[in-house]
Amino acid sequence: MNIVWLQSGGCSGCTMSLLCAEQPDLLSLSQLQGWRWRYFPSLSPQLPKGLPGLLAAVEQGEWSLDVLCLEGAVMTGPDESGAYHIAAGMDASMRDVLLRFIEQARYVVAVGSCAAFGGITAAGPNPGEAVGLQYAHHLSGGLLSATFRSRAGLPVINIAGCPVHPDWVTETLLLLQQDALDEADLDPLNRPRFYADKLVHHGCSRNEYYEYKASAEHLGELGCMMEHLGCMGTLAHADCNQRSWNGQGCCTDAGYPCIDCTAPTFGTRRHAYQETPKLGGIPVGLPTDMPKAWFIALSSLAKAATPERLKKNATAERPQLPPPVKEIKL
Amino acid sequence: MSRRIRIGPFNRVEGDLEVQLEVVDGVVKAGWVNSTLFRGFEWLLAGRAVTDALVYAPRICGICSVSQSVAAAASLAQAAAITPPPSGQWATNLMLACENAADHLTHFYLFFMPDFVAEAYADYDWYPEVARRFTPMRGEVLPRVLQARAQWLHILGLLGGHWPHTLAIQPGGTTRVLQRSEIARLQVMIGQFEHFLVETLTGGVPLAAVLAVETEAQLRKVVSGGDLGRFLLLCDALDLWQVGRTPGRLFSYGNYPDPNGGRVFASGIWREGQVSQLNTQTITEDITHARYRGEGGAPWQAQVQPDVHKQQAYTFCKAPRLDGEVFECGALARQVMAGVPLMQALMRRWGSVVATRVLGRLWELMRLPGLMRQWTDQLNPDEDWNRPYDSHFSGHGLGLVEAARGGLLHWIEAEQGLIRHYEIIAPTTWNFSPRDATGTPGPLEQALVGLQVGEEAGQAPVVHHVVRSFDPCMVCTVH
Repeated sequence: MNIVWLQSGGCSGCTMSLLCAEQPDLLSLSQLQGWRWRYFPSLSPQLPKGLPGLLAAVEQGEWSLDVLCLEGAVMTGPDESGAYHIAAGMDASMRDVLLRFIEQARYVVAVGSCAAFGGITAAGPNPGEAVGLQYAHHLSGGLLSATFRSRAGLPVINIAGCPVHPDWVTETLLLLQQDALDEADLDPLNRPRFYADKLVHHGCSRNEYYEYKASAEHLGELGCMMEHLGCMGTLAHADCNQRSWNGQGCCTDAGYPCIDCTAPTFGTRRHAYQETPKLGGIPVGLPTDMPKAWFIALSSLAKAATPERLKKNATAERPQLPPPVKEIKL
Repeated sequence: MSRRIRIGPFNRVEGDLEVQLEVVDGVVKAGWVNSTLFRGFEWLLAGRAVTDALVYAPRICGICSVSQSVAAAASLAQAAAITPPPSGQWATNLMLACENAADHLTHFYLFFMPDFVAEAYADYDWYPEVARRFTPMRGEVLPRVLQARAQWLHILGLLGGHWPHTLAIQPGGTTRVLQRSEIARLQVMIGQFEHFLVETLTGGVPLAAVLAVETEAQLRKVVSGGDLGRFLLLCDALDLWQVGRTPGRLFSYGNYPDPNGGRVFASGIWREGQVSQLNTQTITEDITHARYRGEGGAPWQAQVQPDVHKQQAYTFCKAPRLDGEVFECGALARQVMAGVPLMQALMRRWGSVVATRVLGRLWELMRLPGLMRQWTDQLNPDEDWNRPYDSHFSGHGLGLVEAARGGLLHWIEAEQGLIRHYEIIAPTTWNFSPRDATGTPGPLEQALVGLQVGEEAGQAPVVHHVVRSFDPCMVCTVH
């Protein structure tokens, strides 16, 4: 399988994360699977004829471009000129170079939220006029139109995340190699369902606090971070609490909120990320498929039933009360 | 015969880079460095809540992510007038050191050494072994390096949730308190990495024995094997002691604040063989040849807008200067300011060249695990690690930190909890800066002059050794 990995308006963080792949590492995996990285900025040898040479090889059919990965948003500014990223060694914008690679690719993969939706690079006033490959934030249609399909008949596959988990990339590539990923395996935002049909909330180590609405008030405390600290884990599509990051971690484990980095709105949120926006004292972002009235009713019940242990521990940096051990009568 | 050549993209650097060379009779007469990508982080931060700097800043760069977090947190801390409790500070230092060491490892094995597998070297007797070890994608040591790197970054999984892009680093400390059992495990993780370095890098020589070396002659006696030994051999074979010389003026902000005062690595400047004090008030950014219009100057005064049509501009990188002079930064600068005798001796004898810049990095890579063990002993699971503060403040703050590649500056000006002005000067902005108003080229541009590139021109491996010896991070550079 021939893979070309290009970078534009991003931070290389998804590459850095991918290089953290374990069991096996990325190079061993590539060898086992016969993945040929025709260009991978962090690892490849110097291209003898630069990007033009690489492009010519693809366009002249010297080898087939099976997967084109883009990391980073597409820079279209200023004034749609693309001049905010002129490809090094060329006189063309990276946007225009990309379009030519895309035309040849069987599969097009957006690695990370910037490439998928624009992400942080397209935040705020969007000074670089950055867009995602097939989305501009939540709007369908970015560099490519909503109807775009690559040679294999798929839309751009959006491995959203900031950064991506290394396994999201490697597992996507494994499926593409078997032609085992079709449109039904992508969610409505074209994210692979194998990780995007889960919520960060699933498996969160703070679930007991959530059940009883025992909330942390400051970062680093043990309680649920939904009520005060902006945690979006009940809304965020990703399996972060089911597969560990860097051996053992994830955001909520490390004492700070999930900021929903796989969402198309990541980067453009109007409120502060580490505070929960509220209306009349009630968090605005309630779980999507739960009736609000029920949520409020259940929350008040749960709050009334909160064990002392959870109340105390929720606002502490380390447990004050351990779970009691049940006495067994012989 | 004079000709102008254009090289790029440079892979195995962070982000997109183009270099132009004027070559006369096979010798480089002048160089121009072009940072090709503009994103505009300073503009997209303005108007957001101050705490959002902690979300956005790390995303300037995926390889210096923790450094960006630490700089943002430090600028907020100064503006909010708080200091982290000791354990929060040590935990922050541990995360920053973990990232710096990981970056040095990545640079040496994945980015820098593969250039010696160039065809031009095929006739050297050392070539077959170097090719076996470092050939891009296939070299025998590379999978082992990726594994060791991934395991090393488990430290950031533990302390920061994941890497890159953590929110565990806050102005008031860190958000993940370790239990005693986890602190014990952290020591083991550091030990495991030291073991890898001894096995792979020093050829079995204990790190302490290498770090005790004070002279070049001793160094050659103590280290003969491992990849460090191989590197020294290459330096001699290709005379990398004479290649890629900059003006040799170094600065460091110092790194790793000690809760008892000062920094573990001291700040300072190196000028004409002497260490003296750094005055950050003399930092300015010149935009004469950068694609911006407006006023450069001190980071707290600068007001610029991107301008792709500007005549005479050839890069999105500004030209930072210290008291009007070209300075460079990086691990070599840090270890010189930290008073390491060998590094100062190397600077006196050779200056900042390919060999010394890379050795500075390896030195720090070998040194950090030992320091991290000491800091881990300072972690107290019974005290607070994070101090809450009111983020609805007005004021300004300066965050100075050393990323792997050198000094990183964040400046924040806030009004009632909102960012009014944010400025960033990244390490590679210094090292890969363009010419300034006086026409003086930046450090890399000067280092390229005089290189013998012959007929190969842009393909000449020496150009790549020089460029990558700075470990450039282009995404940080322009941000």
